[in-house]
Amino acid sequence: MKIPNTILAMLGGIGLTLFSLWFGQHNHLLPVPATADAALVDGLFNTMLTVSVGLFLLVQGLLIYAVIVFRQRPGDETDGPPIRGNIPLEVLWTSIPAAIVLAISIYSYEVYNAMGGLDPMAAGGTAIAHHHHHGGAAIAAPLDGMAPDMGNGRQVAYGVGADPDSMGKGPDVTIDVTGLQYAWLFNYANDGIMSGDLHVPVDQDVQLNIVAQDVLHAFWIPQFRLKQDAIPGQMTQLRFKPTVTGHYPIVCAELCGSYHGAMRAEVVVDSPEDYAAWKTSMVAAAGLDQSAIAAAIPTKQLSDADYLAPYGAELGIDPGAIAQLQP
Amino acid sequence: MAQAELSTAPAPDIGLPETTPWWKYFTFSTDHKVIGIQYLVTSFIFYMIGGALATAVRLELATPEVDFVSRELYNQLFTIHATIMIFLWIVPAGTGALGNYLIPLLIGAQDMAFPKLNALAFWMIPPGGLLLIMSFFTGTGAAASGWTSYPPLSLVNGKAGEFIWILSVLILGTSSILGAVNFFTTILKMRAPSIKINTMPLFCWAMLAASILILLSTPVLAGALILLSFDLMAGTNFFNPAGGGDPVVYQHMFWFYSHPAVYIMILPVFGTISEILPVHARKPIFGYKAIAYSSMAISFLGLIVWAHHMFTSGTPAWLRMFFMVATMVIAVPTGIKIFGWLATVWGGKIRLNSPMLFALGFISMFVVGGLSGVMVASVPFDIHVHDTYFIVAHLHYVLFGGSVFGLYASIYHWFPKMTGRMLNETWGKIHFVLTFVGFNLCFLPMHYLGLMGMPRRVAEYDPQFATINAICSIGSYILAVSTIPFLVNAIYSWRSGPIAGPNPWNALTLEWTVASPPPEHNFDGVPVPKTGPYDYGFVKQGDRRRKISDLKASDILGGA
Repeated sequence: MKIPNTILAMLGGIGLTLFSLWFGQHNHLLPVPATADAALVDGLFNTMLTVSVGLFLLVQGLLIYAVIVFRQRPGDETDGPPIRGNIPLEVLWTSIPAAIVLAISIYSYEVYNAMGGLDPMAAGGTAIAHHHHHGGAAIAAPLDGMAPDMGNGRQVAYGVGADPDSMGKGPDVTIDVTGLQYAWLFNYANDGIMSGDLHVPVDQDVQLNIVAQDVLHAFWIPQFRLKQDAIPGQMTQLRFKPTVTGHYPIVCAELCGSYHGAMRAEVVVDSPEDYAAWKTSMVAAAGLDQSAIAAAIPTKQLSDADYLAPYGAELGIDPGAIAQLQP
Repeated sequence: MAQAELSTAPAPDIGLPETTPWWKYFTFSTDHKVIGIQYLVTSFIFYMIGGALATAVRLELATPEVDFVSRELYNQLFTIHATIMIFLWIVPAGTGALGNYLIPLLIGAQDMAFPKLNALAFWMIPPGGLLLIMSFFTGTGAAASGWTSYPPLSLVNGKAGEFIWILSVLILGTSSILGAVNFFTTILKMRAPSIKINTMPLFCWAMLAASILILLSTPVLAGALILLSFDLMAGTNFFNPAGGGDPVVYQHMFWFYSHPAVYIMILPVFGTISEILPVHARKPIFGYKAIAYSSMAISFLGLIVWAHHMFTSGTPAWLRMFFMVATMVIAVPTGIKIFGWLATVWGGKIRLNSPMLFALGFISMFVVGGLSGVMVASVPFDIHVHDTYFIVAHLHYVLFGGSVFGLYASIYHWFPKMTGRMLNETWGKIHFVLTFVGFNLCFLPMHYLGLMGMPRRVAEYDPQFATINAICSIGSYILAVSTIPFLVNAIYSWRSGPIAGPNPWNALTLEWTVASPPPEHNFDGVPVPKTGPYDYGFVKQGDRRRKISDLKASDILGGA
């Protein structure tokens, strides 16, 4: 006896659903998540992948089935049945995708909020102004003319701010990040450290204030699932809490010139002890060479190039890149 | 089941009707069919140039190191590749070639509303394209800041190449606007009296939607580029932060055009797919009105989603949320089309010939691009994959898997009408298989590259991605080679393929009621179609109508 088509179709649907669910959870398509927020993004991705794989298999399955079963038989020059439409069916396949994208939108909104994307502080706050008047000034100084209201606390910054739990609280660590052709500079203003690699303590709330010196760059750490353009004259920010110690790449993701592909740095998520040790070593190293002298002079009195020159050799930055900073 | 039968007798080989002499194609002809073919051949030549540039890009990326071209030249290669593929291939082929050739024939008109404007629009393409290619030979090379040409980078690269790029895109954009004025007017005002707006072929709906987008958005791009050229040449500071300008404003203006541009490139192909599927599945289009109006919905929504290209830029949170939801909503009208097409072929008598293979390949590949499109609309996920190879994969599934597969389907479908001769089926199938395999080998793995951390527009990359990039490069070589069987087939068949006759596919739209190629004035008098454009199963050869109303849904779903 022949198994009814409805049963077969139902079994196919169940199989398709199970495979989609399994694939969505076991895709191994993303690098290791190294922040709390990254895990949220991965959950969202896995869900969207599950839905996508299901719909993909459905459409491909229908197409392949149709091509095999409804192929023109040799010698058959007749037409198919004259069906012009089916309103209930059309309503169904309009409303199901609508419901799916609505659900994905709500889920995305929730994830974005949990990451801190909707933090009102990210849209202008005292934290940004505060740090501007510290060491960040060395980098930001030439930009003052471009963004005259940067220091008055109403400057709008873009990016991902504090998650709802830590909203209103200041970050544990604040680092000023500058993108320039073709390097990232990390300025730990409170510690007087300037570095070409980013060190952050694990499980601490870290805020990056990002600017660009010359052209657009984009600061991306794939393992953090975070990316934000660095814009000349416009501060942006990222705030995150790394949860897994290790070394991860920092990638420039916005075309910035011929060496764009080489504009890479490293973020090191340190244990608290390693982080303290690294800071000590950086301060000590700075004390041994001229950069200590440079650092001791109020930065406003030095041009950026003069300020950065001693660090340049240390960080392996092309002197030409620093020379470009000359106003 | 009972069926209307259509004559299948092969057309007698009586030679071609009077054809357009070859030299006419090099003149300022106002015949829409000549202009359509001018667009098609010109844009295909640029497609091959753009493809050669893409192959050079993949040769560079075959290894992680910079070894094939210099970094400077690499940036020029992908910049000009994208500019050519968009402004000199897909836009002019989809709107200019198909729109011009088909619209008057489909609506029973003798020509476009403004034939001279039409010729002018075409003749702006060759100088625009030649300028762009010649910019490689300026002292500092061609434009190298990506097809997006974001300031401040576009202001500090070689000025000559950048200025020529702006000039070229302005010329091509103007050509596109002139074309759209013509399509819009022709579709609304030139239809034969018996062809109502709600019964006209769906390609006309799609072109109406695309024309509206061109008319509303292209001027904004022109404005952005003119201001950019002032910043570049006259030292103004509209977008230059060094003088107080705002580079993010440029991004808004650029994407106000360039996101609708995606729909300008895909809508005409949506239209031709809606024409091709019913013919080769021998069934009426499923849900005419839903497909027609979804084109208009896509056109409208396409205007309010541009900032989803700027989720990691200077875009405030509320704007990111608004554009996320608006972008997601586009999946609904797009889904309506996909499911309508599936229902069209379901239960039909599918002829698996070259046009149908490319049309089904289009659905299959475009779905992938559509699904990844919903993913990248999601702000938290897009923050991770923006400006990575995931986006490169997504956009090529939409623009190659979508637009180019659709263009090939259209060329295979209407080649007999345009030339009066049939293409070779075997070589068509070889072309399809090579294209399908090469395309997926090249672009499917790119999703993974982007997710794992490879940014786009780089000449060098982390060696951990070497193997997958090598696979992508092999795919791109197959894709490059796949063009050869098509070219040989097209050139050979144009000269000496079998005579097609007026209606080799037994199709019902008006262009198939006239000779192949059609006479200069298309129709003798005003044509009165005896059937609707999609009345398969309803009609018998001749003008007798026969309705088959005793079919039940179970007859179709049962697959008999």
